[in-house]
Amino acid sequence: MSLRGVAAVVGLAERAPQRYTGNETDLDLLSGVAVDAMADAGIERSEVDGLIVHPIGGLPGFVPATVAEFVGLRPRFAEVVDLGGATGAGMVWRAAAAIAAGMCTTCLCLTGTRRRRGRASGGAPDRAVRAPRSFPPTRDRSPHAEFDAPYGLIGANVGYAMLATRYAHEYQLSDAQRAKVAVDQRRNANANPAAIFHDQPLTIDDVLGSEIICEPLHMLEIVMPAAGAAALVVTAADRVNGAAQRPAWLLGAGEAVTHSSLAQAPDLGETGIGIAARAAFSAAGVRPSDIGLASLYDCYTIMVLLTLEEAGFCKPGEAGAFVESHDLTFAGDFPLNTHGGQLSFGQPGMAGGMSHVTEAVRQIQGRGGQRQVPGLELAYAHGNGGIIAEQVGLVFGAAR
Amino acid sequence: MSVRPIPPTSELTEPYWDAARRGELAVQRCESCGDRPFPPRARCPSCGARELPWAPVSGRGTIYSYTVAHRAPHPVFAAQLPLVVAIVELEEGPRMVTNIVGCDPTDLAVGMAVEARFEPIDDTDMLLPVFTPMRGTGSTGTA
Repeated sequence: MSLRGVAAVVGLAERAPQRYTGNETDLDLLSGVAVDAMADAGIERSEVDGLIVHPIGGLPGFVPATVAEFVGLRPRFAEVVDLGGATGAGMVWRAAAAIAAGMCTTCLCLTGTRRRRGRASGGAPDRAVRAPRSFPPTRDRSPHAEFDAPYGLIGANVGYAMLATRYAHEYQLSDAQRAKVAVDQRRNANANPAAIFHDQPLTIDDVLGSEIICEPLHMLEIVMPAAGAAALVVTAADRVNGAAQRPAWLLGAGEAVTHSSLAQAPDLGETGIGIAARAAFSAAGVRPSDIGLASLYDCYTIMVLLTLEEAGFCKPGEAGAFVESHDLTFAGDFPLNTHGGQLSFGQPGMAGGMSHVTEAVRQIQGRGGQRQVPGLELAYAHGNGGIIAEQVGLVFGAAR
Repeated sequence: MSVRPIPPTSELTEPYWDAARRGELAVQRCESCGDRPFPPRARCPSCGARELPWAPVSGRGTIYSYTVAHRAPHPVFAAQLPLVVAIVELEEGPRMVTNIVGCDPTDLAVGMAVEARFEPIDDTDMLLPVFTPMRGTGSTGTA
């Protein structure tokens, strides 16, 4: 059974990323976008019978029940998705699958986190907080805590820097080619008032002149944590006519989980990125060259380059030349991350990964405003979790 | 001595750390299929077998990838910058996360031959396997 055309996204809401929030809790933020997304879809609370959430800091368990009660829902289908940055994309196909299985008809997918000044993220558990020696070692008994953290593979910078080093060893890739991704995405963000760096222009020299955090990655190639939230309403094919927004049809989905520690990751060319992307394209019956908007997870510049070639938008080893020879802006010949990507939009926890999905939906619905890609028929959204550990690819279409 | 997050060991992984205390690098080897899983497993991740005896390995390998961190990935590493975090592929096959020590970071390259050495972890009786460029590989390290 394929999920092609089973369901569509008919509503969305985002709380624009900001560096810090005040006294709002994660539940406050999530319920806010939940209500806004239902209003955007023109769907009543009583019609929502599915709910998908992610682990929430400070909630030891019972997360769907807690969120459902707080929002005012009594879902017939409820679950938690825990795929790191691929969580948002992973929610969407699970919603469609639950609809296809008859477990629900309209499903709310919620992501987001608060972030308080002077603290680590209030959202997903922060490994840097769980792993240190100053805490009882019983707090994190994972293989990661035992065999990675003692060496400083904590957080994501070190891991993605090692990916960049390996890529540059196998292929050709210059610092300026990586920087081009950040610069073109910033031009997109300059057309997106919701982006955290909306008002700030960026040049390749700016990127290459910024501090090197982990060689070869510069500060401005690294995503900035933020607070924010995002919600999507996914509904069954026979219900889209009752919605206020045009449907963004889910045409194909793929998922892959290949490792936990980067040391156990598959080699380049065999990553889960390609497994998930090929499954999504195959289910949709389309090719990468048919896609009019690539909305690719970009925690780091190197992640975009890797995804471009592992997902099949260009040949292995050619990602650097590809981004150099294409205009990646909304007005360009290869529109990429038209919301600015997380590098320029901000990374509000799991809502950061979800931003690639909401932007694909928004553009397919023709609601891109100043940055609308004209005549868009097909969009590809990619989610990535951990250090290229968890992958989800989604193909959206304007037609079923 | 070095200040690090203390590895949370378990009954399963104690043989690895016991070997390290003797200055040996050891990994499991599956008696059924010959796989050498790392990190340690209760059942073979390739064939499911229960018998995964520990055996010393050469301690030699090559750098699969690395980065030189100029900001501490965690505050405990603040005094150890620049910190070289690497993935080393052992001669016997497994890849592991490690640090490269005893060399000038600018001399490092993917593919460089390295060998294990063992560093005490502060406030424990544990020794942590790390790697250093093998002598005669062109390193100008000062150890």
